[in-house]
Amino acid sequence: MSSTAITPEASFQDSHEEKQSFIKKYVFSTDHKMIAKQFLITAIIMAFFALLLSILFRIQLAWPDKDFPVLEFFLGKWAEGGRIKPDFYLALVTIHGTIMVFFVLTAGLSGTFSNLLIPLQIGARDMAAPFVNMLSYWFFLGSCVVMTASFFVESGPAAAGWTVYPPLSAVPTAISGSGLGTTMWLLSIFMFIISQILGGVNYISTILNMRTKGMDLWKMPLTIWSLFITAIVGLVSFPVLVSAVVLLFFDRSAGTSFYLSDLVIGGEILPNEGGSPILYEHLFWFLGHPEVYIAILPAFGIVSEVLSINSRKPIFGYHAMVYSLMAIAVLSVIVWGHHMFVTGMNPFLGGVFMLTTLIIAIPSAVKAFNYTATLWRGNIRFTPAMLFAIGMVSFFISGGLTGLFTGNATIDIQIHDTYFIVAHFHFVMGSASMFGMLAAVYHWYPKLYGRMLDNQLGYIHFWLTFIGAYLVFFPMHFMGIDGVPRRYYAFTEFPFMEKWVSVNILITWAAVIAGLAQIAFVWNFFYSMRNGKKASKNPWRATTLEWTTEVKHIHGNWEGEIPTVYRWPYDYSKPGHPDDFIPQTVPHSETMSSNLLQDFHDNEEAIKIQKEWNKENNRVESES
Amino acid sequence: MLQNRFKLFLSFILAIFIAFSQPSFAWVQSETNNSQEQEQTEQSSSNEEDEDAEEQDEEETEDAEQGDEETDEEAAEENEDDAETAAVDEGSDESKTQASSSEKSSVSPQNDNEDTVTSQALKTIVYYIFLFIIISAVVAIFNRIFSIYKLTQVMNGKYSYIKENSIQAVLLIVFLILFLAGVYYSYAVWGKWSFRKAATEHGQNIDSMFIVTTVLTTIVLVLMHILLLGFSYVYRLKPNRRASFYPHNNTLEIIWTVVPFVVLTSLIIYGSVIWKRIFDVPEDLKNSAIQIEVLGEQFSWQVRYPGPDGEFGKRNFKLTTPTNSYGIDFNDKKAWDDLRASDIVIPVNRPVRFHILSKDIIHSFYIPDFRVQMNAVPGMTNYFQFTPTMTTEEMREKMDDPEYDFIMLCAKICGTGHYNMQKKVVVVTESEYQQWLNEQNKFFTDDMKKEFSVNENIDKDDSKESATASLN
Ligand code: HEM
Ligand SMILES: [Cu+2]
Ligand SMILES: [Cu+2]
Repeated sequence: MSSTAITPEASFQDSHEEKQSFIKKYVFSTDHKMIAKQFLITAIIMAFFALLLSILFRIQLAWPDKDFPVLEFFLGKWAEGGRIKPDFYLALVTIHGTIMVFFVLTAGLSGTFSNLLIPLQIGARDMAAPFVNMLSYWFFLGSCVVMTASFFVESGPAAAGWTVYPPLSAVPTAISGSGLGTTMWLLSIFMFIISQILGGVNYISTILNMRTKGMDLWKMPLTIWSLFITAIVGLVSFPVLVSAVVLLFFDRSAGTSFYLSDLVIGGEILPNEGGSPILYEHLFWFLGHPEVYIAILPAFGIVSEVLSINSRKPIFGYHAMVYSLMAIAVLSVIVWGHHMFVTGMNPFLGGVFMLTTLIIAIPSAVKAFNYTATLWRGNIRFTPAMLFAIGMVSFFISGGLTGLFTGNATIDIQIHDTYFIVAHFHFVMGSASMFGMLAAVYHWYPKLYGRMLDNQLGYIHFWLTFIGAYLVFFPMHFMGIDGVPRRYYAFTEFPFMEKWVSVNILITWAAVIAGLAQIAFVWNFFYSMRNGKKASKNPWRATTLEWTTEVKHIHGNWEGEIPTVYRWPYDYSKPGHPDDFIPQTVPHSETMSSNLLQDFHDNEEAIKIQKEWNKENNRVESES
Repeated sequence: MLQNRFKLFLSFILAIFIAFSQPSFAWVQSETNNSQEQEQTEQSSSNEEDEDAEEQDEEETEDAEQGDEETDEEAAEENEDDAETAAVDEGSDESKTQASSSEKSSVSPQNDNEDTVTSQALKTIVYYIFLFIIISAVVAIFNRIFSIYKLTQVMNGKYSYIKENSIQAVLLIVFLILFLAGVYYSYAVWGKWSFRKAATEHGQNIDSMFIVTTVLTTIVLVLMHILLLGFSYVYRLKPNRRASFYPHNNTLEIIWTVVPFVVLTSLIIYGSVIWKRIFDVPEDLKNSAIQIEVLGEQFSWQVRYPGPDGEFGKRNFKLTTPTNSYGIDFNDKKAWDDLRASDIVIPVNRPVRFHILSKDIIHSFYIPDFRVQMNAVPGMTNYFQFTPTMTTEEMREKMDDPEYDFIMLCAKICGTGHYNMQKKVVVVTESEYQQWLNEQNKFFTDDMKKEFSVNENIDKDDSKESATASLN
């Protein structure tokens, strides 16, 4: 046993293992499970930070002409007289968006679960390059620290929106956040991209090279498929963001004019000529749109897995699910122009981007239908993870449908950059992806910490969050249709917006309550690490490989040999089998009573043996 | 036991948040002070030098300036002590805080400004803590009752997982009903608030596209939720049932790929046709339209009409000066008759073509009632051509609101004043429009002539570049 038995994990440590120092085990760990935990906890902390920021600006929106001296007490000059300043409001919005999109839904979702699940579900002892994996986490942490630190600089954090469009983000005199704050934003994102690329290369090579015996691609769980495709999309798009960020850095610091031209800011004529901010928009959205799919794809995989396990049914249309993931991934790199319909781009191009964008709705619709069909005639267990998965599908339907408005160039003229967009992407990303992530945490917590989360708290958390999120985001669509632009500090200057102030109060209260509900989650999360009920080896009665490992975490995952895989991961409630699940490690020879002829594909020999067995046992195979 | 502790904690945070957002109670007093102060300020302008003239503690500040500073500090310290003791002593009851807070407010007028803010914040925090204690007590009692109930059930052997599971299923159905009711409510109420018919020709096309999409998506939204949540309920865990092994159905899958495909294709075609009609304006219609130029800057819009010659004079951002804030190059004679307008005024039923420019950063030219939006991007000109179909007067009648105005606002984040960057848009009849045009002033004012005549002289002597340079 390790001598550093301070934390609960110490008791999991395998006694065969050599002693590890505390630092090596918990800090500079190269073990994929530990790195997954590091990603997850960092992301939870960042998510709370971003949540707090959103509550702050929601307060401003709901009570635009009330003073809150407490705010001045905490925020000092940014809330003089107890009111948040417009500049700071924009900074809050910006950092909220950046943290949520990049740190929570990208690193927190695919970072955590790629690290945890890829080796465990494909049957590998660790990542292909554990050290690179560790670096990936440390770059991520670095970028979180830099981003957070930008709150402490004199001129405030970046405030040009999470898209940081130049010239607003390029010229410090345009808004105070575009001083040092934006430099730090750029540095932080630069580090983040490095982290993503290191991680992505690792995930891809692990999946391609380190699958256990028998685990061919079509026997992989959908989680692995989705994480694999996510990593590929990330590798394709993140490098482009590097170029966007680096050129912006040059424009800011080296006096170049990639994005700048014809500027008179605050009466001062700037020397830049010949650049175009539109170039930045193209580069940014070439990453930006795939990025939103990087956030949702892992959630698709997770939800497929959770729905299937808890309905005790195979996922409906496994192949269709994989192909739709691929289709979405491919299409996601050619739709970026839908963020730029009204930038004055060539109308013909606008038409093309409308085409590609709306086509994505087809594979998305297929997914929604398949999820629903998975529930049909199931025997559904409502674990908290399952509820979050159902919630995710609900949000994905709601948000995907509003995509038909935003993706239609003509309608987008009216709703571009309004609250409608805010509502849309908070449904698909803010709610659907987030629920996917939460479903994953509830589902794999026993694997992460060897203990169970408290169900009752999980239910409270789910219901408050689910209802809260609908109350927060649903009304925003209507503001957008009415023509209220996003990123507005107050709705007080326009007569037509006054009617929305009452709705804003409703939204803020809903947000506060939903925010509070997260305390239930965090309490549950940290409290159960030590005090939760001890988990059994396979608490959900699932088929995949990670549940064949010991509860105790050991380096290398499996004590003896890595198990061999014989079947696909969705043999739930197979007729003829006594149990309602058959793990992937059970060979067909042990389940003669439930085998179907199509299980053998075109293996003549096996089919012959099965047919003989059927005849001997008078078994009539039911068509399915 | 986990729940007990947790709920205590939860209610703590709940209290903080509630107090955060509804703190009126804590400084009702200071607000009343405030209004009195404002009256005073209006009377005595001596205060204006004060940095924090706009803050709510003006009275205190004024007093502090006159009073002895040392005593002030002492008072402030006392104050803070009070607050801290109150904060530490969580067990004390509400009456005590109120007592201490009234005490403080009687002292506070002598305070130095900053200290007052601090003490006020502390006061508020104390108030939150109290709120928390009360609420947590209530929550704890409820929680105790609930857990005892559950315990008795477990002991009587009545507790079952199936039952607990079914509760969640029932909740999902309750949610479904609330959800559908909510959708109905929001369409009926908020939908009505938000949707006004477009007041332009192309806008009516966009509206029909919008309505078709809304109808389609609402049907799908409702059906899919009924299926999703309905299945969840119907197929909830039951002890003697087994789920059916149903891994795929090719026919079904083909149907639900092809149906969306057909629907989307028609949406795409319909959308493309409208899109093309809006932006592919034939050359002759472009030229025959009324031309208007708008220039966005932090945080206002300038509007330029081309004047009788129908053409704008050149603009060169390098010529921007405090007097020539538009940066018009008056060496171009076409600029001499250009008109500066304070509002956007356009005649009804005539095509207008907006030239959209930006002086500094990206703005967006957005008129919601017209279904018009186009970014104003520095270094390039964007265009939007449309035909208004309704005058402001007609709109006011329709809305039954004599104050109603069409408004153009900025929809692209552009800094501090982004939320208030507007221009009134007035649609009038043709004759009113002509009359209004005649009343507008030229950009080429006497000041401007002076500024440029110098330049013109230089221009004759020197090269054009040096003229620009001298301006810079
Ligand atoms: C499935 C996951 C999706 C995610 C995570 C997602 C996320 C986002 C985000 C973050 C934005 C905000 C852009 C901004 O800051 O201005 C956005 C806008 C947009 N989304 Fe999605 N989206 C998703 C699905 C869809 C679908 C299915 C469609 C269309 C069928 C769509 C079409 C659009 C369009 C056109 C915009 C730009 C609208 C505008 O800027 O005016 N999205 N989306
Ligand atoms: Cu603007
Ligand atoms: Cu703006």
